[in-house]
Parts: sequence; C-alpha cells; structure tokens
Amino acid sequence: MRAITSLSNLRPGSSGEVVSLQAWGLARRRLLDLGLVPGTRVVALRRSPSGDPTAFFIRGATIALRREEGRQVLVRPV
Amino acid sequence: MTGEKTDLVLSEARRLTGDLEDSYRDRIVAALYARAEAIASRAVKEAPAPRRDLDWRLDAILTSRLWGYPIMLALLAFVFWLTLKGANYPSALLASLLFAFQDILTSLFQRLGAPAWLYGIVVLGMYRTLAWVVAVMLPPMAIFFPLFTLLEDLGYLPRIAFNLDNFFKKAGAHGKQALTMCMGFGCNAAGVVGCRIIDSPRERLLAILTNNFSPCNGRLPTLITLAAIFMGGLLTTAAETAVATLTVAGIILLGIVLMFFTSWLLSRTLLKGVPSSFTLELPPYRPPQVLRVIARSVLDRTLYVLARAVLVAAPAGAFTWVLANVHLGTSSIIDHLAGWLQPLGKTVGLDGYILLAFILGLPANEIVIPILLMSYLATGMLTEVDSLAALGEILVRHGWTWITALNVMLFSLLHWPCGTTLLTIYKETKSLKWPLLAAVIPTALGFAACFLAKLLAGLLGAALGG
Repeated sequence: MRAITSLSNLRPGSSGEVVSLQAWGLARRRLLDLGLVPGTRVVALRRSPSGDPTAFFIRGATIALRREEGRQVLVRPV
Repeated sequence: MTGEKTDLVLSEARRLTGDLEDSYRDRIVAALYARAEAIASRAVKEAPAPRRDLDWRLDAILTSRLWGYPIMLALLAFVFWLTLKGANYPSALLASLLFAFQDILTSLFQRLGAPAWLYGIVVLGMYRTLAWVVAVMLPPMAIFFPLFTLLEDLGYLPRIAFNLDNFFKKAGAHGKQALTMCMGFGCNAAGVVGCRIIDSPRERLLAILTNNFSPCNGRLPTLITLAAIFMGGLLTTAAETAVATLTVAGIILLGIVLMFFTSWLLSRTLLKGVPSSFTLELPPYRPPQVLRVIARSVLDRTLYVLARAVLVAAPAGAFTWVLANVHLGTSSIIDHLAGWLQPLGKTVGLDGYILLAFILGLPANEIVIPILLMSYLATGMLTEVDSLAALGEILVRHGWTWITALNVMLFSLLHWPCGTTLLTIYKETKSLKWPLLAAVIPTALGFAACFLAKLLAGLLGAALGG
C-alpha cells in the first residue's frame, strides 16, 4: 500500500482514492458537495498553464481546484 | 432550578454536537452518495469513453502550456476585430436611417408650427443623441454579445478562467474575474451583472469595482478614432496602421495591468481577506446552438443594456442641448462651464471642454466626442463629421497635439463609469458606497496618469528642444 498524500501532490495522469478531508466548516461542506467522500476515485487531469489550479475528474465531472483546496483532501494513490 | 438544569443540559448537548457536526454531516453525505451511486448504476448507462476522450484531448490543446495563452489571445483579438470591422457597415446604415427620420420629424414639427425651443429640445437634443447612441452602440453589441455567448455555449469560457486563475489568485481575486473583465469590453454594465457568476461576496465586489478598467464599446471607438488621427497619421501606410493598433493595444493592456493592481490593492486594504475556496467546473465541450444563442444574447443582454442606455441618453441629450443653447451674457452655459473647468483641465494636459464633455457624457460614453465637437464648433447640436481628416483638423484648430490625444485616451480609459454602469453597481450591491468607490478609484488614477503623461512629455520636449 502506497503512502497517503494530498490531491495537490497527485501527478497529472495519476489517480487516487479519497481517505479523508482536512477542511472544516464551510470549506469541508463545499468539498463534500463535490462528492469527495471517503472511497471516491479521483483522477488528476492537468494543471493550468500558470501552474495552478489543477483539473480533477470527480464522479463524471471535471472540477478545477486550487492548491489550497487540494491540500485539504487526503488520498491514497491507486 | 429546572431552568438552570435545562440550560446545563443544552450547553452540554451543544458542546457535543459541535464536535460531532462535521462527522455526522460526513456520514449523511457519504450515505447520500452511496445511495445515489446505487440508483445511478441501475438507471444510467456509462457515457461512452470516446466522448470524454475528445474533451480531454481538446483541453490538452486549449489549456496547454504552449498553446493555452496564444489561442486565448488570438480568439480575443478575433472577437474584437470582427466586432469593430463588422459593426462599421450596420452603424453607418443605422446612422443614415435614423438621421433621415430626423428630417421627417423636422418637417412634422414645422407643419405643426411647434416653437423653436421645443423642436430644439426634442429633435436636436433628445432624438439626435438617442440616434447617435443607437447607431454607434447597437451594432457592436449585437455582434460582440452573441460571439461571447457562443464561446460560453461551446464551453470555452471556463477554460479561460482555468488558464488565468493563478494571476487573479495573486491579486486576491477570483479566476472567473477574467470572464467578467472580457465581458466589460462589450459593456461594463453587462460585465457588472456578469459578476454574479462569482459566488464569494468579497471577490465579486473586486470584480465589480474593477470592471470599468475594460474599455467598453462606448469608449473603444474614441480610442480607435484618436489613435488613427494622432498616432497613425490617418492610417495611410501600413506602418501608421501598426502604430495606431499598438497604441490601442497598449491602452487596453494598461487597463488590464491597472485592473490587477487595483484588485491587489483593494484585497489588501478595503476588501481584506483570504481568497475563499475555489472550485471551477470545466463542463464538457458541446456544439453551440447558434440560433438559440443569438436569440438569447440579443434578448437578455443587447436589448436590456440598450434600453437602459436609451433611458439615460434621451434626457441627457435634451439637457445638453439646453446647456448649449441657453446664453448667459454673450456665451452659452457650456462655454461658461468649460471656462470654469479650464484651469483643472490644462493642469492635466486636457482642456475645460474635454473635461466637460466627459462629465456631460456620464449617461453614455458614446456621446463624449459628439458633445466635444458640439461645444468646440458651437453648433448647438451633435454634429457628424464625415471624415477622420476633418475631425482631426477641428481638434488641431482647438489646440490639440498628440499629447492631448494621448491624455484624452488615458482619461477615456480611466474615469468614472457611465451612468448605466453606476446604476447597475448600485442595484447589484444595494449600497451607495460601492458605485461611489467605483467612480473615485479610476478617476483618481486618470488624473494622475494624465498629469504624469503631460509632465513626461514636457520633459521629453525640453530634452529634445535643448
């Protein structure tokens, strides 16, 4: 089993499974609303040409998250 | 006694749920998603992979390190080019139609034996100003907004926000501000309404307050005309055309730089706060429904904005006509006001008439140059000058040099938003504070920029002359 990391450390092209969220309050709710519950598969698609944000494939939708948000989602690389 | 006990129990319960809140919400959401997944797996067939593949391959080009920005700039340049080029012909057609109708109105007023002042206010003031605004404003809006809506419908606009978000983040703003900024090039009032796409109130205010740094369709013609006359020597050679184009591009770029700077400054002072959470959906690309797009953008944006402009332009036309035709002593009220503004105007490399034209142009930026001509030529109504050369001659006769033209361009980019935009800002924010601030910030920058340009030009002249 590979080490747990955060979404923002996922290289474009690789994917991970959500382990837990590190955000609290409103920020946590926004992430949950995207369907980022434990067990969800997330594919890192590509980074913006300016380096941030990164586009992720989450439950059939492409969602861009800034590094600050990505850091709050812990994933297990798969 | 019982009351105290209940309070104790309640506060204990509150303490416990405080700890629990996130975890039980998590469990509810997880259960909802599990349930939704189970239902979806039975009811929905998985979207065929090639479709998604195509989206990802398009993104690999449109948001790539190499092509992302060039494609974006090329598309924006194309939209501008098409708007300005395409608007020319219908603008001329509309102008001749509307001014022909003025002749009909004139003969009608004569037949009815209407007094001269009534004819002046209604036809020469109200109708002529209205005709000018419609002729100049409608065609570019009718081209720009559908093109913009088309890009939106294609799914390209969120990719612009994706490409540019990092720059906006550094200014404390939201990536979606890139979109409202672009929309401002069409019309600032529409751009301000467009700021609704930004969820967080702080970032939305930033976008609203800095939208005016995009020169709108009412100001772009002024920039282009003056650049053509004074920087491009009437565009007779390719080199002159290039210089004029670069001047306009430079002014637009200055607006963008100042937009970033102002956003940065505001987010560190008046609108302090960390950027709120950012999630941006990149929807699938889809073929645009061209007819529906055109209908929607004409109805939702063009007519809406035009109606508001008309509502302010007509009274403004009547008002300006009165100012130009009521004489106190030997000169008109316009002359008196311009004389009063002259010292301030001269200090920043403009003149009293130019400042007055910008002030009287508050209802709609399109009428600034016509009002200026009206007061320079003392004709008492909006005048149409048939060629760039004739316009240039009139301006030079009133003491304009290339530095006056540059300052007018700077001031056109950097002054209070038009009446429609200010009203829209008030409606969107429900507070007088924000439209006031939206007017003060660019105006202060405008006076500073003009003063600086005049100073530098003076030093340059002295260095070259000495």
